[in-house]
Amino acid sequence: MRKIFNETLLKIAEKDPRIHLVLADIGYGEIEGFARKFPERYYNCGVMEQHMTGVACGLAMEGNIAVTYSIANFPTLRCLEQIRNDVCYHNANVKIVNIGGGVSYGPLGVSHHSTEDIAILRALPNMVVVVPCDLQEAEAATYAVFDYEGPVFYRCGYKNEKDIHHRPFKFELGKAITVEDGDDCTLIFCGPIGFEAQKAVEAAREKGIHCRLISMHTIKPIDKEAILKAAKETGKIITLEEHNLAGGLGSAVAEVLADEGCLDIKFRRMALPDVNVHEVGSQQWLREFYHIAAPDIEKAILDICGK
Amino acid sequence: MYENYKDLAKRIRKDCLHMVHVGQSGHIGSMLSAADMMAVLYGGGFVKVDPKNPKAPDRDRFILSKGHAGAVVYATLTELGFFPKEWMDTYYCDNGKLMGHISHYVPGVEYSTGSLGHGLNVCVGMALAAKEKGEKHKIYCMMSDGDCNEGSTWEAFLFAGQHHLENLIAIVDYNRIQALGFSKDICDLGDFASKVATFGWATKTVDGHDFMDLENTFKSLPLEAGKPTFIVANTIKGKGVSFLENTVASHYWHLTEEQKLEAYRELGVEE
Repeated sequence: MRKIFNETLLKIAEKDPRIHLVLADIGYGEIEGFARKFPERYYNCGVMEQHMTGVACGLAMEGNIAVTYSIANFPTLRCLEQIRNDVCYHNANVKIVNIGGGVSYGPLGVSHHSTEDIAILRALPNMVVVVPCDLQEAEAATYAVFDYEGPVFYRCGYKNEKDIHHRPFKFELGKAITVEDGDDCTLIFCGPIGFEAQKAVEAAREKGIHCRLISMHTIKPIDKEAILKAAKETGKIITLEEHNLAGGLGSAVAEVLADEGCLDIKFRRMALPDVNVHEVGSQQWLREFYHIAAPDIEKAILDICGK
Repeated sequence: MYENYKDLAKRIRKDCLHMVHVGQSGHIGSMLSAADMMAVLYGGGFVKVDPKNPKAPDRDRFILSKGHAGAVVYATLTELGFFPKEWMDTYYCDNGKLMGHISHYVPGVEYSTGSLGHGLNVCVGMALAAKEKGEKHKIYCMMSDGDCNEGSTWEAFLFAGQHHLENLIAIVDYNRIQALGFSKDICDLGDFASKVATFGWATKTVDGHDFMDLENTFKSLPLEAGKPTFIVANTIKGKGVSFLENTVASHYWHLTEEQKLEAYRELGVEE
């Protein structure tokens, strides 16, 4: 996914001279295209995430679009106050891109896991939070993010993401995409873990359960309409994310349901537990270890449907 | 000219005292130490801004990184006509017009700060943008001792030298007192100019209360072609009010009516 993001960024930057890429010495093998093509709009600050974010904000204050880019929680939590006070308070046109959302960098360990970012970034005023699930969505989301004026957190995957969308879709920030139709229950996911959801939905379908599958690619602003429609039409909602249970997609969906008085449905959140993920393993192994891979999702679908 | 600076600095100091008294708020020491520099920077036309066109693209950018001293900028901007003087009566008050830490919601304020270690990084971004486009305006950053404790500030020192940002001017209001005490006892910056010079900056140490020294320095910017400028302005916290001068307490002091009037008397200004 990082490849498609960088390729798309390059295409957009060819047409939009406002776009600057500001790095903190991360991006090997991916950012060189931009650096070669637009050296005058490319800054590698060195390992300085706070400065990277401040510089990006300064560039944006002067009418540019600045992209900060790094891995895991480096471009978000290390420089959170710069994002809050500089980027968000000034509504600066800065796009914060992290590569390797969730536990993409599984065996690299806790320092390289990005598992609280959705919760934290969505709490910031003016911030839009986008979590694309596959390459098609990542490409479309990139265009949308650069069309939008203002701060965006783009939580990118890493590599080898599988296709989830198998039918054409229109991408709009804040408008969820229904990947699979169904009226027995709804599974709302964000990010590449949606592929696990899709496998589970297919397996459940073979057992006669038709689960609606929704990609909630924009966590903020969230698509209330899609959530409430799913609640009304299916009466059962499961959320799925590669993120701490606290404050992420599941919480955002629960907030909508609670705020709208939609409390008479069955609801379950699937996410990483509130722990530091210290077990050593690949992304997929960790998903399985923490029961957010396809077999457990299928179980949850069957369970919520009383099967 | 120097009489003009003196008068302007006196009015800025008076307005700062008025505001912190109205708001029953702190940071007066940090405002008073910067007042003379503000008088020269704005009164001398070194920071080129136009209240009739506050967002003019060719304006100089001035960011107060020591945002707690925001009132010293408010006092200066209202002198220039950016907003009505009556706004100062609402400083720090409910539904007031002027926030304690400097806010870009106030006309003429370029940028909001308050948490230290933010201003210089953003100035660097602005300086890069201007350099790219060949724009001639300057980017000024006024900082404090405490501001220069922050690691992010040193990140900016490193980067600006590397990128030869000669349109960037950082001025440290070096009053040598920070929140809990004297800087030398907390995090001694020592020979600060020399330290920053090793990062590739052109540096100069000045008397931050000497109008002639300040004017001559600002006239000679950039100090050196191809280098960002770093000015260490030796100042006195609370300058101009004897009971505040060079005290840690002046960072938090809430003035009583009597103390405000006493300060006015020392400055030689009327209520």
